[in-house]
Amino acid sequence: MSTSSRTPIIGMEIHVELKTRSKMFCGCKNDPFHAPKPNIYTCPVCLGMPGGLPVANKKAVEWTITLGLALGCTIARLSKFDRKHYFYPDLSKGYQISQYDQPLCEHGVVHTEFGDIRIRRVHLEEDTGKLQHTTVDGKKVSLIDFNRCGVPLVEIVTEPDIHSSEQAKAYAKKIQQIVRTLDISDADMEKGSMRLEANISLADDPTVLPNYKVEAKNINSFRFLEQAIVFETERQTEILDDGNIPTQETRGWSETKHATIAQRTKEDAEDYRYFPDPDLPPLKFDDAYIELLRNNLPELPEALQARYESLGITSAFATLLSSPEYDSNIVDEALHLGKKNGVEANNIASVIINKKIDTSKTSAKEIVRITTEMYTKDIVDGTEIASAVHVVIQEQPKAVGDYKSGKQQVIGFLLGMVMKKIGKKIDTKIVQEMLMKVLQ
Amino acid sequence: MGTLHTLTLAQTLHKLAEKEITLADLYRDIDTQVDVFNTKLNVYLTRNEQALSQAQERACLPLCGIPLAIKDNFLTKGIRTTASSKVLDTFIPPYESTVTSRLQQAGAVIYGKTNMDAWAHGSSTETSDYGPTKNPRNPEYLPGGSSGGSAAALAENMCIAAMGSETAGSIRQPSAWCGTVGLKPTYGRVSRAGVVAMGSSLDSPGPMGKTVEDTTILFDAIAGHDKYDGTTSTQHPPKLYNALKKGVRGMRIGIAYIDHADIKGTPAAHSIEQAAKVFESLGARVEHVPLSSTLKNNTMLTPDYAIGVYTVVQRGEVSSNLGRYDGIRYGNPRSCFGDEAKRRIMLGTFTLSKGYADKYYIKAQQVRNLYFKNYAQLFSSYDILISPTSPGFALKLGATKDNPMFGELEDMLVEPSSLSGLPGISVPCGHDSKTNLYLGLNIISSHWNEEKVTRAAYAFEQHTSWNSWIGDHT
Repeated sequence: MSTSSRTPIIGMEIHVELKTRSKMFCGCKNDPFHAPKPNIYTCPVCLGMPGGLPVANKKAVEWTITLGLALGCTIARLSKFDRKHYFYPDLSKGYQISQYDQPLCEHGVVHTEFGDIRIRRVHLEEDTGKLQHTTVDGKKVSLIDFNRCGVPLVEIVTEPDIHSSEQAKAYAKKIQQIVRTLDISDADMEKGSMRLEANISLADDPTVLPNYKVEAKNINSFRFLEQAIVFETERQTEILDDGNIPTQETRGWSETKHATIAQRTKEDAEDYRYFPDPDLPPLKFDDAYIELLRNNLPELPEALQARYESLGITSAFATLLSSPEYDSNIVDEALHLGKKNGVEANNIASVIINKKIDTSKTSAKEIVRITTEMYTKDIVDGTEIASAVHVVIQEQPKAVGDYKSGKQQVIGFLLGMVMKKIGKKIDTKIVQEMLMKVLQ
Repeated sequence: MGTLHTLTLAQTLHKLAEKEITLADLYRDIDTQVDVFNTKLNVYLTRNEQALSQAQERACLPLCGIPLAIKDNFLTKGIRTTASSKVLDTFIPPYESTVTSRLQQAGAVIYGKTNMDAWAHGSSTETSDYGPTKNPRNPEYLPGGSSGGSAAALAENMCIAAMGSETAGSIRQPSAWCGTVGLKPTYGRVSRAGVVAMGSSLDSPGPMGKTVEDTTILFDAIAGHDKYDGTTSTQHPPKLYNALKKGVRGMRIGIAYIDHADIKGTPAAHSIEQAAKVFESLGARVEHVPLSSTLKNNTMLTPDYAIGVYTVVQRGEVSSNLGRYDGIRYGNPRSCFGDEAKRRIMLGTFTLSKGYADKYYIKAQQVRNLYFKNYAQLFSSYDILISPTSPGFALKLGATKDNPMFGELEDMLVEPSSLSGLPGISVPCGHDSKTNLYLGLNIISSHWNEEKVTRAAYAFEQHTSWNSWIGDHT
């Protein structure tokens, strides 16, 4: 195997659908996954009818900038939308409104435990409609659903800084966490509101970019991302070992075949005939606006994790607890309340994670109460325990006999009986020690 | 037969308000006129069968149910809209353009949809897939274009007022050739929403009328911000009608282009010199602005470059805008595109292609910027600039044959200001009694200054006899 001698060079493109109320360039409802029927959230603009004109969704622009700030990007003070031309039946206007040479955000960085990944750009565009290939009245037909057409779509492009499937996965997970923390997208890969693409090639010298790349698409889970990269690494290694160069192409991940399948070759760079969309005035932002958005950024998972750890929460718990599925406001309130009442932060973290507490439905007070119940002990003096032990030994001669004849596990039963008799929360260790001493 | 169809918009509104005439009589006269002339001139592609009943319903609104001729690139809900292309032969829009919606809310009625160059590609109305419109002043001649149907409808009194749209010259040039008035508003003053897009960075819908006054009445009904068009200005538009009679005393007027090699010594140049004298007699200060081949203070940058700039920018935008007519959704296949549209799609696709966009499209935008600068400087010295609308009188039917650059040459004198988004108007300023054809005076001003344009045009119109509805110039 010569795999080890070559370094995978991977750049990723992640598309995320923003969950704004309306679409990117019209007032239609942005809810393609819950639409009761095809083509109901449409209008002349997103259908690309003659005379329809786009008007940019301010919220979507703001959220994209917010994401850029969260990724440490430089935010453009002057940006614009461009038309990207290509033909496909699900593209209603014959062009997609996207951003070409003046994206909203550039030059960010994402940290993973496998190394930093530079963000090349974050830009805003519109999603396309969806084709459905089906059979109607015995005839094979292709139907178009434009409910998704015009949904705001953010594209996050990295530099080719990723060198393993694990790193790719860690990066993608991080993006999902950040996007969910910012509450700007569901980032659901199964539904397609988050879509992963990886450009993969192998380099003999990792400082020199290879002269080809293979684009892997159609990846709708973190697991498939890892599998696709591993598969591609092996496939390309074989080709390179034979002295050939892998074809520059787009390949789709096949869930059933566990392999990437060639979709189309990319020998000629496509010509999208980009030009500034004359229907949309350029976007201008002043420093005050950018600073306002920066100041309104929520605490991001990375910072949150570090803060939790500084409070004495174990790294494992802190990682889990900093994910967007937990409401950090409630967690913080619980930690604060706990501190006031002498409850350890790590115990609170343990309770939230192990008891699978839903922070959107449980109050901080309740979390602290549960933790206290689990961890605080009543103060019971030795004589009270001793008398309870004696009573139980007298009441349970059979169990005592069994224990003495070697059935060690009976101790658990006796312990339970003593605890019940005392009726208070005490450390079982003390009871067990005393019980065993008496039984000796 | 009555003669109510010959009334101007202002006269019609007055007579309806005073109950001197009825809508039924007005529509009877218009209908008769259209029945007689439409076959001969090919003005209307589609007529609104409900026109009179809609008019009766709107009688109490400000525009009293008056019948308008609407260029067929305005989407009209329920009324076929073709942009004179067979590609849209059966297209019945499910929504209304902002302009026609505002006009109807103000009480106007869409009488019919007028012929135009297909997709507005041209300056003759000869490239229409439904055949050319003929110039009512002399049917051997072209009406100009692309809003040729609307100008002809006015000239033959087949409507009371009309709507057109201009990318560069498409309102003003047919108005000049048909002896009518056409107002091109500042780009962004009137919404493009619901107008079939041609050159999106240039398209300006605007009113066409029998008199300057008429165009201001329509302008006041349609101008202003539209939430469906992000390029419309949020500024409150002026009421042009109220300022019409302010005159030109003290106005600083520059005469442009009549020293251009193609114009010098022509009847068009002569008519502008005469117009200058009229303005001077009305108290304006008039002077020549010399032509220059480079950007220099107090000179007019030659319009010669504008032909190239306009061709590249507009074709690029056309190739993009027509991409949606892919044969899947609007009934007719791409083979229905006419030769002119195909030429423009190919040229535009080329100029936007990788490796060529910098050389052509970007370069064109840079030169466009020079015109911007030129005008910004000139309008610090002048209130308005005057020039011929078109290099000469209307040309004969068939003149566009084998001449794909026909429109660009005819529109040369308005292209620099259109590329800069400036407002302009064309009013009749000359007449040839042998052919019964007209010349147009083009008046432009700085951005958002339609008021100066219409004030000057009104003063000129009132003090000359070129307008066939006002004076008697024969």
